Amino acid sequence: MKTIRVDLPADRELIKSLRVGDEVRLFGRIVTGRDAAHKFLVEQRPDTVRDILQGTFIYHCGPVVKRVGDGWEVVAAGPTTSIREEPYEAQVLEEYGLAGAIGKGGMGEKTLAGLVKTGSVYLHAVGGVATLLARRMRRVVEVRMLEEFGTPEAFWVIEVEDFPSLVTMDSHGGSLHRQVLDASRKRFDELLKQK
Amino acid sequence: MSQVDYDLFRRAIAATIEAAAAELPEDVSDALRTALEKETGEAARSALDFIVQNIEMSRESQSPICQDTGYPTFWIELPESWDRARVAAIVREEVAAATHRSALRPNAVDIITGKNSGDNTGILVPAVYFEDADGDKVKVKLILKGGGSENVSAQYKLPMGTLGAGRDLEGVRKVVLHGMFEAQGFGCGPGIIGVAIGGDRAQGYSLAKKQLMRPLSDRSPIPELGALEETLHRQGNELDVGAMGFGGATTVLGVKIAAAHRHPASYFVTIAYGCWALRRKVMVLSAEGFTVSDH
Repeated sequence: MKTIRVDLPADRELIKSLRVGDEVRLFGRIVTGRDAAHKFLVEQRPDTVRDILQGTFIYHCGPVVKRVGDGWEVVAAGPTTSIREEPYEAQVLEEYGLAGAIGKGGMGEKTLAGLVKTGSVYLHAVGGVATLLARRMRRVVEVRMLEEFGTPEAFWVIEVEDFPSLVTMDSHGGSLHRQVLDASRKRFDELLKQK
Repeated sequence: MSQVDYDLFRRAIAATIEAAAAELPEDVSDALRTALEKETGEAARSALDFIVQNIEMSRESQSPICQDTGYPTFWIELPESWDRARVAAIVREEVAAATHRSALRPNAVDIITGKNSGDNTGILVPAVYFEDADGDKVKVKLILKGGGSENVSAQYKLPMGTLGAGRDLEGVRKVVLHGMFEAQGFGCGPGIIGVAIGGDRAQGYSLAKKQLMRPLSDRSPIPELGALEETLHRQGNELDVGAMGFGGATTVLGVKIAAAHRHPASYFVTIAYGCWALRRKVMVLSAEGFTVSDH
């Protein structure tokens, strides 16, 4: 596996060059956003969060955070299942100028088409490794919509360092998830016939 | 009746919640280390490597293994000398307190307003089920099961023509295999699969979830079900979905099946998908104090 450093905001040519199977290490600011955020971004098309989303990644994550003085500390912050954002993601990527999304479990054909159209990428973080990923977060820069959405659903702007992820869907139409689905469907069909 | 000690119970519940969130059971940790050793797929290997590292880090720092600390579910075996309402109130208070300490993420959202209650309490949250006690000890089983894994849990109704699944154990095999296939990487595999055959719909989900409390080495004492557990464990791994759905040798860490009597008209097969971060603990409280163990 090739390991590639990506500094944020991202160089779009570098993002376009990424391929399924590349390991990516992120440096800079990312923004969490999950179910309530995606619905909000598509249905209300708010201008209040454009500045934080432009050029970076939206991270499907609802963190555990702790109040420390006037600020916040991230305690645990692994990815949540991305497929729930399938109805929204392609539009969100395009509308807010994102370099891509980070999550787990992969996304579907609509998002994949969106990645191709916008030259963006889907990064897979390992689900459940919340302590390890929180330690790659240097600080919480700010939080928006905390009161309205609650802790898991708010937009947390977080500065990350050496944040590990794997490209599983790229801007060339490649998808590891589709490959695994197709291969496992064949295995499933064979196993159905066995005893 | 001298062993009724609500203050001790409160401390024990607090300790159980924190241990469940931060300390993965040994049997599950061992199974994940074994999966890492034998994995040859590059992406799955890398994922398992991060998983094994994270288990150690969380244990050392006593921080949540996964940020989704789930829907807290308690099964409490309570001797008659204890007051159920009081015990339920203590559990609720300690869940809220653990949330305020950032040991749990606030996960209770109001359906009408969309507001998060902020402390993991709400209508039916946390889930607390009382059971009869065997003797004078209090026994509490806790599972913190995340939403991603709950979303890929499923209930089938046999027969199911599309899969050629009839009303027998062979039909059960087919639909459970289907459930594991459909889960792909969405539920954070390698998964642990709890299965309930029979019951009504509500009992099915409850019994299936409860199977996740069994140690991975446990086999059903019913020979037919024990054999089916082994077959499905093996065949689940032959799906090659792998850790995180990256493709690989370990798709499931175990399959645990229980059966209940069914209505003549119904034949439900219910699957509770447990993610690799299977956070379960059992607390036993007696006159001597309390202990917290993995199962």
